[in-house]
Amino acid sequence: MATTTTPATGDERTTRADATDSVERVLGARMRRKEDPRFLTGRGIYTDDVQVAGTLHATFVRSPHAHARIRSIDLDAARSHPGVVAVYTGKDLADGGVNGIPVGWLLPGLKPSNHHAIAFEKVHYVGEAVAVIVGESASAARDAAGLVTVDYEPLPAVADAEQALAAGAPIVRDDGSDNVCFRWQIGDAAATDAALAGAAIVVRQRLVNQRLIPVAIEPRASLATYTRATDELTLWVTSQNPHVHRLIMGAFVLGLPEHRFRVISPDVGGGFGSKIFVYPEEVAVAWLARTLERPVKWTAERNESFMTDSHGRDHISDAEMAFDANGRIVGLRVRTVANLGAHLSLFAPAIPTYLYGTLLSGQYRIPAIHADVTGVFTHTTPVDAYRGAGRPEACYLIERMVDLGARQLGVDPADLRRRNFIPADQFPYQTPVALQYDSGNYEPALDRALAMLNYHGFRAEQQRLRTQGRYVGVGLSCYIEACGLAPSQVVGQLGAQAGLYESANVRVHPTGKVSVYTGSHQQGQGHETTFAQIVADRLGTSIDDVEIVHGDTGRVQFGMGTYGSRSGSVGGTAIVKSLDKIVDKSKRIAAHMLEAAPEDIELTSGRFHVRGSPDRSKGLADVSLAAYLAHSMPAGMEPGLEATSFFDPPNFTYPFGTHIAMVEVDADTGQVTLLRYIAVDDVGNVINPMIVDGQLHGGIAQGVAQALWESAEFDENAQLLTASLMNYGVPKARQLPFFELDRTVTPSPVNPLGIKGVGEAGAIASPPAVVNAVMDALSPFGIAHLDMPLTAPKVWRAMQAARANGNTSGGTTTATTGR
Amino acid sequence: MAATGRTRVSLTVNGVAREHDVEPRLLLVHYLRDTLGLTGTHVGCDTSQCGACTVHLDGRAVKSCTVLAASASGSTVTTIEGLRPHGQFHPLQEAFWQEHGLQCGFCTPGMIMTGVGFLRDNPTATAEEIREGLDGNLCRCTGYHNIVRAVQAVVFQMAHTTEMPAMEPGDVIPPESLPGGILSSPTGAEIKVPGSKPR
Repeated sequence: MATTTTPATGDERTTRADATDSVERVLGARMRRKEDPRFLTGRGIYTDDVQVAGTLHATFVRSPHAHARIRSIDLDAARSHPGVVAVYTGKDLADGGVNGIPVGWLLPGLKPSNHHAIAFEKVHYVGEAVAVIVGESASAARDAAGLVTVDYEPLPAVADAEQALAAGAPIVRDDGSDNVCFRWQIGDAAATDAALAGAAIVVRQRLVNQRLIPVAIEPRASLATYTRATDELTLWVTSQNPHVHRLIMGAFVLGLPEHRFRVISPDVGGGFGSKIFVYPEEVAVAWLARTLERPVKWTAERNESFMTDSHGRDHISDAEMAFDANGRIVGLRVRTVANLGAHLSLFAPAIPTYLYGTLLSGQYRIPAIHADVTGVFTHTTPVDAYRGAGRPEACYLIERMVDLGARQLGVDPADLRRRNFIPADQFPYQTPVALQYDSGNYEPALDRALAMLNYHGFRAEQQRLRTQGRYVGVGLSCYIEACGLAPSQVVGQLGAQAGLYESANVRVHPTGKVSVYTGSHQQGQGHETTFAQIVADRLGTSIDDVEIVHGDTGRVQFGMGTYGSRSGSVGGTAIVKSLDKIVDKSKRIAAHMLEAAPEDIELTSGRFHVRGSPDRSKGLADVSLAAYLAHSMPAGMEPGLEATSFFDPPNFTYPFGTHIAMVEVDADTGQVTLLRYIAVDDVGNVINPMIVDGQLHGGIAQGVAQALWESAEFDENAQLLTASLMNYGVPKARQLPFFELDRTVTPSPVNPLGIKGVGEAGAIASPPAVVNAVMDALSPFGIAHLDMPLTAPKVWRAMQAARANGNTSGGTTTATTGR
Repeated sequence: MAATGRTRVSLTVNGVAREHDVEPRLLLVHYLRDTLGLTGTHVGCDTSQCGACTVHLDGRAVKSCTVLAASASGSTVTTIEGLRPHGQFHPLQEAFWQEHGLQCGFCTPGMIMTGVGFLRDNPTATAEEIREGLDGNLCRCTGYHNIVRAVQAVVFQMAHTTEMPAMEPGDVIPPESLPGGILSSPTGAEIKVPGSKPR
């Protein structure tokens, strides 16, 4: 296997070993984004910016209770309110042919929920819609919503997944005997038990990976128009995957034929997973437009986003990591309870199973692993993929356990990691939890990160500062992630109700300009630039002559969309495959024009020339014009110059790296300050380093926020307490430092570009780096573990408790505080 | 309950005189977006936290979700669309482009309107002051790194009439050479490593 790993220094960063055909390669170059001018001048078009004359506005009446029976709904006052056009309940939608929202990933024995677009009979979480008001204006609809009287019979509710498993817990499912949605396991239980029994030490820790709320700054929105004459429904919606929306809504929920249902997802203001799923409001808006034969729009208010956007994480895990006397990991046993919320969101079952349990080997050689996962319904907002989706939970568990192991063993945490790395010569490496890592080389990233920090210098400084009563710490996180879930045949066997390929149509116009129709869809990732770089690199054109078309089922053939850091490696490769076909046909046309043999034609710097005769050449525009004129084509060749490809990868890609956080804990207040953040990532070859860095910055910020500030909190009645930006801790600029990044480059063998994926890496790696750093800072207090988020009050209480016990230095205790 | 009356507002938006009868409760942001079709000003929250709706009202950056259209009557409003004539960029817009200070672009108009106002009052701001100055604007994509870099770049240009050097992977200042020593993150401004310039 051609795995080369080089520390990225100087020009090597943007130079590929196989760079041959252009002086300055477009692929790998830092290029400003093509999409930016419209965003910078306020000319981007997000869903709520689409204005259609005569549009009605929908407002949803939402449950204030987490669990209640609906005795009756009085809609009369709302219906007769000025400006109100129509009022509907969940029963009206069901009677009108709206089916429940299905689940897109099935597990053996999985018990689904009845996920109606609008609830009737019972509500199951705070914010679930019970009626929809349609008005001539948003304010008329909102006013009328205030006139709806719902007679609720409140019922006991449960928000915590472990409590939901207890005997006598309130039951979430309408027809269920308990709250268990599924039980799932992976690995060898007997071998793991034996490994733990024979280990020198076993580190045990309960770890809570708290619930997060994605908070894309653009709230979800949808606008539907219906044309009776042609029976065509068009839905503009904040979606990361418009074809998936069309398929699920058309085929399963609304019963609409795909060829008369167009889904357009224009500019999308951030997603982070939350805009993958089919949501009740989108279903309702589409149905309303068709029923009323008027355009209908809905845009979430921020508190609706907090209550109804799918949440993320929410695991409670008991982990046991076993070591031999030499500090080698011999086994890992994990029991996880995953909170799924009140309904199964589209891909919810996959997140705490195949995207979590399979990642539990991390960067380490662990002979035996067993994980047991219980998915649990609670009276809370549904939980699904949020940036990282299962992989941050796995990384957090492994990297916390390794750190706790280092502490118990009295070994430096960097050394313990190094001791357990999968050696570079062991790839491809088969883990005991199903995945086969295709490539990797973990030590150079660790070495580089330690050098950037000046690790040994820091340790000396740390000791010196402790004598002054200042508590600083560093934390490491050596992460692995799996991007581009694939291949379709395998994911189908695992329960996916969809394939995970991507499509691309490349169309060279008669003048040589290029349009690319991709099934990937951006929410800030910059595909209009990076995909154009791929095209420009392969065809030798300018990126200004390349247009990337995405986000519209009426223009793009098909696509699976953007999530799981898959767009570059899967969507990008689909483009490459189409470009290969274009180049092949172009060479045959050029050969015909130049009266040469096709195998003698080379493409260099955008010109097709006869090998050894650079002066005998044709440009892409010459070839494309010839292809469309079709006056003289090679025998048997069809006119035109376009190609479509579907790429189904043979495996995931496996980015990895080492992140280091440096923090200071204020001894008086418990306030944690992030002093430095160092990240050395290996995402394979890089298309545009500027965009790769940006993706890492954002992911790191979200992960740091999980470690320190963000948490979805519910009270004892399952009431969401953090339903606004006033009490949910999205970070601000002053809370974060500049991030210090570098890279190693180990190309992925899975795709011809050698790229992996970068969208989620930062969010996966950073939570344990920060928590490990805080625990390092708090080690003089004997505090070994606190659950996230490490807010000042939580840290202060732990320090106070340690002081009360006279435990200001030495010793090791675990203080697990409530959330 | 719905307010029944209408109220007359007249104001100058991006240099054009505007006059409409509106609901008294209509917010300036909805007037700009829905009545005038200036959809570059965005709504990201209901509680004046996110700053996506920031515009200039009589020359000062304000959150237009917290101003009634009626209270803005008689004022001059500049939105992102009017910051520069179409096709031209304010130096801060250029810097956001150059430094990759935006990803999804949703917070960007508010960030730029806030940043322009901030720079006018703080032309020599440090990185820390810039971070404080952006306290009322949330970005979920960038981790603020490149947004702060973009504002710094304009500060740098005003001081040097040149572009700030690029800060790229590997362009790492040995922390022990920084004023704060090993405990301090590079602040961007002191990066002196010549970097490749985007095209």
